[in-house]
Amino acid sequence: MSEVGIRAAELADAAVAGDRRALARLLTAVENRTAIAEAALRRLYPSTGRAHLVGITGAPGAGKSTLVAALIAEARLVGRAVAVVAVDPSSPITGGALLGDRVRMQAYASDDGVFIRSMASRGHAGGLAATSTSAATVLDAAGFDLVLLETVGTGQSEVEVAATADTTVVLEAPDMGDEVQAIKAGLLEVADIVVVNKGDRPGAQRTAAQLRAMLTVTASPRLATASPRVASAARDQAADKPRPKRPEVLITTATTGEGVPALLAALDRHRAAGRDGLAAAARLARAEAQVWAIVSERLRGRFHGAAAGPATESTLRAVAEHRLDPYTAADRLLESLTGGRSPA
Amino acid sequence: MSDRPIKILIAKPGLDGHDRGAKVLARGLRDEGFEVVYTGLRQTPEMIATAALQEDVDVVGLSILSGAHMTLLPKVTRLLRERGLDDVLVTAGGIIPDDDIPALQEAGVAAVFGPGTTIAEVAAYIRSHVRPPEA
Ligand SMILES: Nc1nc2c(ncn2[C@@H]2O[C@H](COP(=O)(O)OP(=O)(O)OP(=O)(O)O)[C@@H](O)[C@H]2O)c(=O)[nH]1
Ligand SMILES: [Mg+2]
Repeated sequence: MSEVGIRAAELADAAVAGDRRALARLLTAVENRTAIAEAALRRLYPSTGRAHLVGITGAPGAGKSTLVAALIAEARLVGRAVAVVAVDPSSPITGGALLGDRVRMQAYASDDGVFIRSMASRGHAGGLAATSTSAATVLDAAGFDLVLLETVGTGQSEVEVAATADTTVVLEAPDMGDEVQAIKAGLLEVADIVVVNKGDRPGAQRTAAQLRAMLTVTASPRLATASPRVASAARDQAADKPRPKRPEVLITTATTGEGVPALLAALDRHRAAGRDGLAAAARLARAEAQVWAIVSERLRGRFHGAAAGPATESTLRAVAEHRLDPYTAADRLLESLTGGRSPA
Repeated sequence: MSDRPIKILIAKPGLDGHDRGAKVLARGLRDEGFEVVYTGLRQTPEMIATAALQEDVDVVGLSILSGAHMTLLPKVTRLLRERGLDDVLVTAGGIIPDDDIPALQEAGVAAVFGPGTTIAEVAAYIRSHVRPPEA
């Protein structure tokens, strides 16, 4: 075995055996997309698929982290091991990030059956979902029954992350205005369960009623989040099944825990009901996203290496000087790399 | 890839009840390009060490005003060592008398930043003292 392979096997086995430091280091490797992470994931993947991966998303300040903390408390009561991956955005300019979700969960972090990890979204386009899915795989392998993935519901890639979960919870706060905010964000499309949090605030019941009315009309199929190809394949597969159930709408008060047992029960129900049909589609969509992310990353890496040279440079310069359009330039590069054969 | 930003845990041990300074520091370090995990007020040394372990941070920055630094800070460094985190850089800031600094450094606190320290200075110190991230 290579040195990387040995190190990866050591880390992976230690993480599975309950070594939290090894687990933390492995998650860092996953975030950094290192060779060690890849080798470890190859090793761990076959033994995973047991954990329930729950995405929790919603507008900034809706109470996601507080609700995650309340869910930890509830799940711990019945002895389930809970891991959290809380994603916050990186600044595109400085690369820095303020990861503040942990504040609300710190009280539970010292419990051995709980593991909390903050992650910055970093720059990579489309890579966030791949990274967080891999992180969830590692946590699954380490024996966590419930993996909660918090992302803020603004920005395409953050919503995608939540949408790749087995069960996606969209959080709303009671609304002040007439329009429910989720409509604007298009968030409801990915929801399996909609939660109106801050149930202690006026307007919670009204917001829940509005959402129920709205969801009756749209009956949002969450397959919309998969690529058109997979979504349609999955839809064909599920064609003789009933239409996707419209999401349940629940009310919670994360700060007191009210409604949280009902939410946990709804998560369990969603998971139990979804072992076939739609959940299979969601898993397929996740697999597709994962595999294609790797394929495109590898292709890009390969092409970049192979295409480096004066010919490429002069092609790029021609585009910069508007002597050549970017499509022709791209075709030319592809041709030079594939020896005239179209790679498509 | 070695472009991983340095990851810092900012924690506030002790019982004093405001964290404006720690929040300003956390935001400032974010703007300097670090990934900053903020854990909030009233953290016990155990909570800090556990968070540092789970988050796999490069740096633990402790902000302390309560006067209990001589008990709390060595406790944090000891717990970090016990958990195998001896390569984590530990810094402290807040109100710490000069006379106490040698003992704290002895206990494993790499740097103590006084009230006048700018965020740019803290950032520069961290950049030059964190080991380069391993592959
Ligand atoms: N009244 C009330 N306040 C709540 C409830 N849940 C959360 N909050 C408060 O809402 C604020 C934001 O809560 P967070 O849990 O940090 O919200 P978040 O959605 O994780 O926020 P971001 O991660 O910043 O997007 C905090 O002050 C919470 O105490 C609730 O059920 N009722
Ligand atoms: Mg949050």
